[in-house]
Amino acid sequence: MSEAASTPLSRRHLLELIGAAAGGSAMYRAMTSLGFAAESSWRGPIRLEGDPKGASVVILGAGLAGLTAAYELGRAGYQVQVLEYNARAGGRNWSIRGGDVYAELGGATQTCAFDEGLYLNPGPWRIPYHHHAILDYCRRFGVTLEPFIQLNHNALLHSTKAFDGRPQRIREVKADFEGAIAELLAKATRKGALDEAVSKEDQEILLEALRWHGGLDRDFRYRAGEDSAEFRGYVRNPGGGLSARPLHGEPIGTHEILTSRLWRGLQNFSSYDFQTTMFQPAGGMGRIGEAFARQIPNAIRYRAKVTGIHQDDRGVTVTFEDLGGGAVQQARADWCVCALPLTILSQLPVNVSAAMKAAIDAVPYASVVKTGLQFKRRFWEEDEHIFGGISYTDLPIREIAYPSAGMNAGGKGVLLGGYTWEGPNAYELTAMSPAERIQVALDCGAQIHPQYLSEFETGVSVAWHRVPFTLGCAGEWSDEARRDHYDDLCQIDGRIVLAGEHASHLPAWQEGAILSALDAITRLHSKVLAI
Amino acid sequence: MRRLSRQRIRRASALCATVLFSAAASAQGLSSMSQGWVFGEQGGEALYAHVCAACHQPDAKGAVGAASYPALAEDKNLASAEYVETQLFSGKSMPALGRMMSNQQAADVINYVRAHFGNNYRDEVSAADIEAARRQAGSAP
Repeated sequence: MSEAASTPLSRRHLLELIGAAAGGSAMYRAMTSLGFAAESSWRGPIRLEGDPKGASVVILGAGLAGLTAAYELGRAGYQVQVLEYNARAGGRNWSIRGGDVYAELGGATQTCAFDEGLYLNPGPWRIPYHHHAILDYCRRFGVTLEPFIQLNHNALLHSTKAFDGRPQRIREVKADFEGAIAELLAKATRKGALDEAVSKEDQEILLEALRWHGGLDRDFRYRAGEDSAEFRGYVRNPGGGLSARPLHGEPIGTHEILTSRLWRGLQNFSSYDFQTTMFQPAGGMGRIGEAFARQIPNAIRYRAKVTGIHQDDRGVTVTFEDLGGGAVQQARADWCVCALPLTILSQLPVNVSAAMKAAIDAVPYASVVKTGLQFKRRFWEEDEHIFGGISYTDLPIREIAYPSAGMNAGGKGVLLGGYTWEGPNAYELTAMSPAERIQVALDCGAQIHPQYLSEFETGVSVAWHRVPFTLGCAGEWSDEARRDHYDDLCQIDGRIVLAGEHASHLPAWQEGAILSALDAITRLHSKVLAI
Repeated sequence: MRRLSRQRIRRASALCATVLFSAAASAQGLSSMSQGWVFGEQGGEALYAHVCAACHQPDAKGAVGAASYPALAEDKNLASAEYVETQLFSGKSMPALGRMMSNQQAADVINYVRAHFGNNYRDEVSAADIEAARRQAGSAP
């Protein structure tokens, strides 16, 4: 608003004018030239122009893909009905809060005993700043976002095979690893080892950059002192009065830091998907699904288990079981947007082309386990000054994530006490009871934070292969499967089109689900208008 | 930071845990979990209990939600050992778990499931059979 008020014609306003006058493609070209949107297939809020003349669409699954399709097609004038297996909207967009009851496949039932305001996001839990579509829906639906802290320099990197199992501060590992590299490169440069590759002038600049960036002293050495401490921190921080003098720590040696392999953990902070700024909805990721559902009152039929999809040349008939009453019923519509996970769809009778059926059958789902642990006090903040962020470990829990909300306010808190993605440990954890998974999370976490022993209160654990509504976490596309099947999966087959993260190049991200739905309904709408 | 005995942690947490502990004989804890990206379990029984049972369940009767995990108990599909090998290595709808097992482990778990849970197929597969199946599926161990 302030931008619009302070300039005669804001960039966004200009784009809206271009869009209104010349249509979406002209607006997109303008956006690209102004530096917007170039890196995403997001084109701004979708405009499905033209009258669908009362055409009806049945949408299967009320996850973010199905909800996006239902909301946008409804706005465009379609009659929409959504069939959803769960008694809530959102699908994998989900938060477990105190009082929630969750029964997994196999029958184990957990009643979450978290305190008011505390939650676990068992599925998605962070939103990159470049996921424009989901950010836009949050803005339009009034979902309050807060920063998700991915990188906390004071969180920990831990390996059972290095430093006798003692966790190391991320800032120390990062500074010492980069400092060691800078020192080595400076040494090589000054010995003339780079003379063939780099001009003399550039070598001077390189040396300046290495000293500047790597925390080297005037002799191009990375060692205990103010130059390195400015990056790695202090053994004793600068203070006031007579206790003012800071104490510099001894950097970790090059051999130790290389062989510890703790530098592997640093990748979690530098890759594009995890660069700052990241976001989370205040109160839990599930707020997004809840907000979508409020936009389409009465459109969702809950507790409907789809058992078959049949199309003919005039429409689509979906057979479903009402889990409340047990009766088998049918829904009929002109078109179908199927946003069911492939784990479900692959088991249903559905008359689509052989190529699409092969694609539906081609994708296994990742095994992922998350465990939330409530503690009596936020010891990670009070004792260790870790405010948000993530510690990484080679233990089966893989990571411990500290809450990005409620910081420095005292009271209780819920840690993400384990987030195991694929590999043997994910299956082993899934084969355990929830209580056993929580026990493993405690056994692992106590090696990093001994306070676990005295402060733990209650936990909840979700193993995605035992989640009744997905039977897995997310589509695990191999390069070969994507090459052979992805385009077939995304085609409109007669009157059916698929949507979901599995029908995107952003697997396991909510943005992929939304962009997939927008792409699918845009093509579907064109087909409807052409008939 | 000091390490703590698992027993002490267990005692502390047992006081507070709100979920009931399973009495399953297959209980596994941190000390017996795999390290790295290959399963550490040896023998068909352990592999079944800590890997396959994740979905097919400890009693091999499968599970039903929005869709289902097939029962392996009294499963006529298991008459064909090749069928099971394909499931373990193809990476279609079921994850290619065989790629995280040695040939011997894969053979052991296939032989186990084909001879238990009401199945009585006694023609065993060997590690060499698995090697051939692995090559056919194009997956390196």
